[in-house]
Amino acid sequence: MSDRREFIAAVGAFFLTGRPAGRPSGRLQEPDRVYDPSRAGRPREVTTAADNDAAIQGIEKQLKCSCGCGLDIYTCRTTDFTCTYSPALHKEVVRLAEQGKTSQQIIDEFVAQYGEAVLMAPPRRGFNLAGYFVPSILIIIAAIFLVRVLQRWTRQAELARANVAPDAPPPADASPAELERLRDELDRLPG
Amino acid sequence: MTLLGHLSLWLAFLVGLWGAITGFVGGAQKRPDLQQSSRHAAFALCVALLLAVIALEVAIFRHDFSVAYVASRTSRNLPTFYLWSALYSGQEGSLLFWAAVLSIFGALVQVLTGRRHRVYLPYVAAVTSLVATFFVSVMLFAANPFQRLPFTPLDGNGMNPQLQNPGMVFHPPMLYLGYISITVPFAFAIGALLSKKLDAEWLVAVRKWTIVSWLFLSIGLLIGMWWAYVELGWGGYWAWDPVENAALLPWLVLTAFLHSVMVQEKRGMLKKWNLALVLGAFVLSIFGTFITRSGVIASVHSFTQSNVGYFFLGFLIFITVASFTLYAKRLPLLEADARLESMVSREASFLFNNLLLIGLAFSVLWGTLFPILSEWARGTKITVGPPFFNQVNIPLGLALLLLTGIGPLIAWRRASVPNLQRQFAVPATTGVFVLLILLVAGMRDVGALLAFGIGGFVLATVVQEFARGARARHRQYNEPVPLALVNLLSRNRRRYGGYIVHVAIVLLFGAFAGMAFKTETQATLRPGETATLKGPDGHEYAFTHLGISQYNALNRQVTAALVDVKRDGKAIGRMRTEKRQHVDALGRPTFEPSTEVGIKSGLRVDLYVVLAGLVNGTEQAVFRFTINPLVWWVWFGGFVLVLGGLIVLWPGGAPLAVKSGGPRAQGGYGVKLEPETAGRSEVGLRP
Repeated sequence: MSDRREFIAAVGAFFLTGRPAGRPSGRLQEPDRVYDPSRAGRPREVTTAADNDAAIQGIEKQLKCSCGCGLDIYTCRTTDFTCTYSPALHKEVVRLAEQGKTSQQIIDEFVAQYGEAVLMAPPRRGFNLAGYFVPSILIIIAAIFLVRVLQRWTRQAELARANVAPDAPPPADASPAELERLRDELDRLPG
Repeated sequence: MTLLGHLSLWLAFLVGLWGAITGFVGGAQKRPDLQQSSRHAAFALCVALLLAVIALEVAIFRHDFSVAYVASRTSRNLPTFYLWSALYSGQEGSLLFWAAVLSIFGALVQVLTGRRHRVYLPYVAAVTSLVATFFVSVMLFAANPFQRLPFTPLDGNGMNPQLQNPGMVFHPPMLYLGYISITVPFAFAIGALLSKKLDAEWLVAVRKWTIVSWLFLSIGLLIGMWWAYVELGWGGYWAWDPVENAALLPWLVLTAFLHSVMVQEKRGMLKKWNLALVLGAFVLSIFGTFITRSGVIASVHSFTQSNVGYFFLGFLIFITVASFTLYAKRLPLLEADARLESMVSREASFLFNNLLLIGLAFSVLWGTLFPILSEWARGTKITVGPPFFNQVNIPLGLALLLLTGIGPLIAWRRASVPNLQRQFAVPATTGVFVLLILLVAGMRDVGALLAFGIGGFVLATVVQEFARGARARHRQYNEPVPLALVNLLSRNRRRYGGYIVHVAIVLLFGAFAGMAFKTETQATLRPGETATLKGPDGHEYAFTHLGISQYNALNRQVTAALVDVKRDGKAIGRMRTEKRQHVDALGRPTFEPSTEVGIKSGLRVDLYVVLAGLVNGTEQAVFRFTINPLVWWVWFGGFVLVLGGLIVLWPGGAPLAVKSGGPRAQGGYGVKLEPETAGRSEVGLRP
């Protein structure tokens, strides 16, 4: 219904004004200009080769945007199009790369300027080593502890079997192979 | 109505306090009158909080902008769908939602708990009332949803555009339901500790509740991932954000519990460990709430900073100290009944599974808190982002995936070498085969190779288990194989439902690994111009910009770009991506323009198009084109996960077997060893 109305309105507007409907004449400064650019967010610049450069992206993925979003520069500039920081930081990275600086030199320059917090992952040195290795070390220690506990429990079970009371029921009249099969079958039971 | 809501909160506060006091005292002194009073208080608390919820919803639907919460979260032109979700889209409303749902759980547990677990109920009423009262007190003293403005604005601020997404209608309540329902197992654990009835009975009472919590947390996490993918526009679904991590922590701990509880049921072991896991899961759920609401760690999910954080920090310390002190006092009563017969047994494998799950949880917690630790220790702010978490957690995740396959293959009590050979032959061969195929196909990413190889191994274990079970039923009852499979599943829901969850985990890991191969490009296109991108599936995709259109919708002004897509020169459809300028009922912009992603989803790849913006206000547009492999399998894996969880949870099937000193119940089946024929063992199942 609304389509038909829009069509009739468009035809009427065309005959009356000589221009397509929906585009106020005062705004048609360029043939492909949209009705209201402000609705489309901040104006963008034309994509450059540096925007798609894998090396630049690789550097930017290691550096945090300073707008407070918590994202790296690359993700922020290609996701949060309201951010004014990430495009500026991207330009900074490109500028440094064009000066012939290596990835590490660019990252070092950012750290010197913005502090260690600009890195998406802390450098592997000093106190930060605790961040990387404490979980693994604790898991290894816990695993060793667990193995020892399990060994103790196993020994206790063996001792308990060896000290079976004389009036205990006689062991099952089955060969080791049959007992093994029984365990298998029991294991397949529900639960 | 807002006055009624405010009064209801005060009523809930007083009733909750009464319920907590009468529950604890009635339980300790075994006074039936106080116990009955605590039960009634649980119902009254529920009624009072539901009245408060109704009062706030009425204010929202009537657009009563004299209420600060309504004015700050809604507007007159907000679609009705989102008026519902406005209840929990902000700090104050979500606190009310939390308290109300907890009170519903508190009342339900009083109604649904069987006679033989009644001994715990006064304590359960006390704990649920106490926790709900804490939330009510936060509202009354720090974040009142019924706070009035000194004037009434013509229209409200509207809802954050990113919350105006169907995912956000369901994600928070599902996650909250998961968080909140953990209170019930925690309350039973406290009841068991206080009443000193620490046999396996309390486990029976809480097992279903823990599965309910696990299921809601799973659904909440999955919908959250989906929302992040379709709404945030960065092309991924998990970013190791502190709030995401906080939701993952109780999920990991509950997953550990759901495995280790089987060891206690079957073998009477791990009493201390299981109790600690339940206490830990609840403490972590409050920790997650603290992280989300305090603003102590920067997160995209955080509510605005407020003094609410201090309340939660205090409560977190209180419940941690109180519950673990009580736990420590009762440790002598928690000695295990049974001993381990062999290091190569399912019990041992479940313990290693628990070690990895808790290790993973600790690793995530450590990474989340490390920036704070660093600032305390060195005075230096650091960032712990996805690169850190991926380095530390991916190896742990892969080891866990491996144990997912190993566990079901090892027998309870003791596994012999022939048994291991028979069990592992097919799955191990399958895993190696998958690995070789991928290597030959040219895959070189080590993480992805391991994920797919181990995934193949785990899938083969599940298929083997189903095949053997169905074959046994087929031989025993002459059932056709499909019927045998259905009966196998329906009569052993817990075991085979669990295997289906394992399948889901494999699908999820495979899908996560796929993201290592995503490709993307940015391009500026005039209408008619085309950008091409090679996909990880080997096809070349061409995206042609067709043009920009602008129009008004209910509460937004839309700028839409239409893109024509071709795969290897063949048209496969059109995609649409938008910029949305949200406005209030008076046409005033309410937020910065947001971006709506265009997604074309397929089994192999997702095409993901984002309109970054326009150049000089013309139809020349800047796009980001991304090709994400295997994302569809994340959602399908999530569906399978929930399906498996529901099968486990569904009432009926084999009755629960609990090792409690006596012989193990056999779940309605008997075993008869029959003469071995043609090298096969027969399973004698008697229904």
